[in-house]
Amino acid sequence: MSNNIIMDGNYLNIDWANDFDILNSAYIEDPFSIWETLREECPIAHTDRRKSSWLPVDYDVVTKIAHDINHFSSSEILVIPIMDGEPNPAQPILPYGVPPISADPPLHTWTRRLLLPWFSHKSVERYRSMTTELCNNLIDKIIESKHPDGARDFAQQIPVRVIATMLGVPTDMTDTFTSWVRDFLEFADDRERRLNGARGIFTFLIEEIENRKSSPKNDLISELLSSEFNGKKLDSSLVLGMSILVLVAGIDTTWSAIGSSLYHLATNHNDLERLVAEPELMDLAVEEFLRAYSPVTMARVVTEDIEIKGCPMKKGDKVLMNFPAANRDPKVFSDADKVVIDRKINRHVAFGSGIHRCAGSNLARMELNVSLREWIKRIPRFKLAEGGVVTWAGGQVRGPRELPLEII
Amino acid sequence: MKIYVDQTRCQGHSRCYMLAPDLFEIDDYGQSTEKINVHLPSELEEDARLAAENCPEFAIVIIE
Ligand code: HEM
Ligand code: SF4
Repeated sequence: MSNNIIMDGNYLNIDWANDFDILNSAYIEDPFSIWETLREECPIAHTDRRKSSWLPVDYDVVTKIAHDINHFSSSEILVIPIMDGEPNPAQPILPYGVPPISADPPLHTWTRRLLLPWFSHKSVERYRSMTTELCNNLIDKIIESKHPDGARDFAQQIPVRVIATMLGVPTDMTDTFTSWVRDFLEFADDRERRLNGARGIFTFLIEEIENRKSSPKNDLISELLSSEFNGKKLDSSLVLGMSILVLVAGIDTTWSAIGSSLYHLATNHNDLERLVAEPELMDLAVEEFLRAYSPVTMARVVTEDIEIKGCPMKKGDKVLMNFPAANRDPKVFSDADKVVIDRKINRHVAFGSGIHRCAGSNLARMELNVSLREWIKRIPRFKLAEGGVVTWAGGQVRGPRELPLEII
Repeated sequence: MKIYVDQTRCQGHSRCYMLAPDLFEIDDYGQSTEKINVHLPSELEEDARLAAENCPEFAIVIIE
């Protein structure tokens, strides 16, 4: 068991409907059966741990809340805040937060518009050949390795390099970025560690931004610096917030999705064989992996008392945007708990729903598609290593962190 | 059959374009619009239904 999973005893002792705990090891390893129980008992669970919070598991509730931006603000998107009830130490450095993800309209609207063209279909195509080459270099090493790990040696290595290239920051620092982002997102109850991760990212990007002010380059940070809104250049702190978001949002998420997909293929030989024989199914398979192993849970804060399905949500309460559970709702998906790699009807919300729809979804899809395609081309037969242990991270982003594999 | 994309609902998930590139166009901001605004040739009807059934925002409107 990896140390980021908090072992807090027998999960059967947890009253999931009235006192859920998404950091419990049982939830991280197998949230699916917990959602199934909740669906029958109480489709919007509650807890007073940390802060009064709600956890919906139904598709209609999650998407309804995502669309009701008047009652549910994005000003608190962290599933577990670093400092609950204390002044936010980042406030003076990031007066605008990390928009668009932490913003409501109107700030959300125009900051999002600045980012979107970087992630259009056309733009992400520019990164396809580098992604293909990168995957093949990683696979070269994996084939030679005695104890390959699909998470550490492959999935983890891909998105961080693509994002670093887009931001224009050195790709040889990728291991450092990865550890900052993991420290920040994955160690929910270790405040020092999270602050360290945040500090690392802040300090590094502040310097990169300063450098570009005197010598602009052809990258996202430089373009944000030269952008204007209402005839005014963007404030540096806004550029910082947006750069932090792009660095953080694209790494853990996509890596988790690639890792979960490999995990599925390592443990489901029929699906692996079928994809190898019919690689044209890859687009559908990627959507299905995104649905069934959705990595991202976000949060909202209630701005005004409101009742949803009989649950009295109070101003200041937190709601966890359980996109992963919505995607397994049997009222919306037939055989919801089965992975059907050629599922035809798949209205999943792994990338969210409403105005905050993942800005990087085209990029994430390209990376998933390329990495899995190259992998199965070169390693068509593989399984979990005998005796190896798969470990998962969870909370905000769920995915395998150790995935020992055996090539056969 | 005719189709159109409800611009107030579309959030740029791009599922329609991936499933039916002949029927939809996506701009730099992810927004989708229908390419054909007259009756669809019958061989494209199934693709149109598939796109509508996969749009997470229920933004694709079909007029039979
Ligand atoms: C499989 C990988 C990914 C998944 C599952 C994912 C998931 C999500 C989700 C669920 C949201 C909505 C947040 C909310 O409603 O509060 C979101 C927002 C966002 N994502 Fe992703 N994401 C992924 C990859 C990426 C990548 C590669 C980038 C590129 C940098 C990215 C950038 C963003 C940004 C900028 C937002 C904020 C959009 C807004 O608030 O308008 N994501 N993502
Ligand atoms: S799938 Fe729906 S939301 Fe996505 S681009 Fe197409 S119409 Fe818009």
